[in-house]
Amino acid sequence: MIDIRDLTKTYAGGFQALKNVSLAINKSEIFALLGPNGAGKTTLINIVCGITRLTEGKVLVDGDDIVSDFRQTRAKIGLVPQEMPTESFETVWNTCRFSRGLFGKAANSDHLEKVLKSLSLWDRKDTKSMELSGGMKRRVLIAKALAHEPEILFLDEPTAGVDVELRQDMWNVVKSLRKEGVTVILTTHYIEEAEQLADRVGVINNGEIILVEDKKKLMREMGKKQLMLNLYEELDDVPVQLSNYNLELSRNRRRLVYTYDTKGEHTGITDLINDLRRSGIRFNDLQTTQSSLEDIFVDLVKKT
Amino acid sequence: MNFHAVKAIYRYEMARMFRTVVQSIVAPVLSTSLYFVIFGSAIGSRITEIDGVSYGSFIVPGLIMLSIMTESISNSSFAIYFPKFTGTIFEVLSAPVSYGEVLLGYVGAAATKSVIIGTIILGTASFFVDLEIAHPVIMVAFLLLTCVSFCLFGFLLGIWADGWEKLTIVPILVIMPLTFLGGTFYSISMLPPVWQTISLFNPVVYLISGFRWSFYENADVSVFLSLGMAVAFLIACLAIVRWVFKTGYKLRT
Repeated sequence: MIDIRDLTKTYAGGFQALKNVSLAINKSEIFALLGPNGAGKTTLINIVCGITRLTEGKVLVDGDDIVSDFRQTRAKIGLVPQEMPTESFETVWNTCRFSRGLFGKAANSDHLEKVLKSLSLWDRKDTKSMELSGGMKRRVLIAKALAHEPEILFLDEPTAGVDVELRQDMWNVVKSLRKEGVTVILTTHYIEEAEQLADRVGVINNGEIILVEDKKKLMREMGKKQLMLNLYEELDDVPVQLSNYNLELSRNRRRLVYTYDTKGEHTGITDLINDLRRSGIRFNDLQTTQSSLEDIFVDLVKKT
Repeated sequence: MNFHAVKAIYRYEMARMFRTVVQSIVAPVLSTSLYFVIFGSAIGSRITEIDGVSYGSFIVPGLIMLSIMTESISNSSFAIYFPKFTGTIFEVLSAPVSYGEVLLGYVGAAATKSVIIGTIILGTASFFVDLEIAHPVIMVAFLLLTCVSFCLFGFLLGIWADGWEKLTIVPILVIMPLTFLGGTFYSISMLPPVWQTISLFNPVVYLISGFRWSFYENADVSVFLSLGMAVAFLIACLAIVRWVFKTGYKLRT
């Protein structure tokens, strides 16, 4: 659906925000673009949407070039920006109607009503944007982006600073959009959001894409699992005969932590338990945890 | 052509005018009426006629020009500057609209407002003085040319300005003096020869002179020269707007 080829962006001051970025985003997928502040996420989105000019490279949307065929490409895209710019003196209804017209669509009250109802904005349709709370303004921005029935939706940190209820609403909207075949590109600081929603994950840092992977595969391949054993009795140290397992002893000396590879055929758990029994170490409880996408993301960014 | 986008921008801008009707229409009409009272009555009692036209009637075309020039600049500069200031410009920049369509929407709406104001002032003036329009078609042509040109100029000002001070400094320090010194309240021929020559460097002189000619067939300069200057100003503004859009100056990074 979106094909980004060797995209470079150098700003007037010489700062290179994007360096030879190549990325393909499939139709009807939810793609989470993760990266620390200043990584180039917003620049990338702004270029695809036509707000920022590219320096080198090419971006195709559904086969059309974003520069030469801008009418076709932009008509397919909706954008929810990171900031919350709203037409303060306009009502919710009017501002959404303006957005629809701006993107070349004839007025359609039924569609606007459906969008506003899905975002719990229907009873506020005659309220001026300036009278809305921050969360409600965020909903208005989403409604504006959906007003022209886009095939691609960019959500640039859409849930930054919003309450839990709106975040859940947002997630539901995104999920229902995917069902309707809309391609969603999401940037977020809440890795949990990407973990919940994304089909694929891309990580960008210092203007370079450092990883693009199926989310489940990424978590399976790069994720670590840990087995925690709560001991009956305190241990002074990890016994020598268990040194092969690289066990960590907790500060209170009552918990052993074993980290193992989920990809491996043999996790070593059975051997560990047998060796613990042989060493006379008894435990009264055990649990396993899996590293989150956030852990993986932090590891990746640290490495680059 | 993205007709729906042009309509959306135009309608949005016109709605802004009706939302701020006191500021948009009542204020310029009131200030112009005050000019009639002060200049027409106070000065008019001492200058009875200029070129066979009563002073009160003489200043009407100039006052209309003064109002539509300042209002055109104010309306169109604000129309594009405010979305830049609030950040809502992102939507226009990401929409499937050409530069021509953006211009048509914003400048079209601003010019419409100016024409409405000009017409209201003309109507208001008819309550104070006797009016005759010798060449209505030429009058409308000058009115439209001036409205569109100054709206384009204001649009450029709104793009160039990166603060409220810059937005107001040009109308106050450049346009206002040019209009006051452009023969709004007097004929250039009443000035000493040196100042007559200097006045000819003021582009506003040509617009006011041509507009006044369409009323009373009295002009400081040839009406064809006036028309030529008005068209030249329009072309110059269009050329600069084209360059701005082509380079993305202060719009796209």
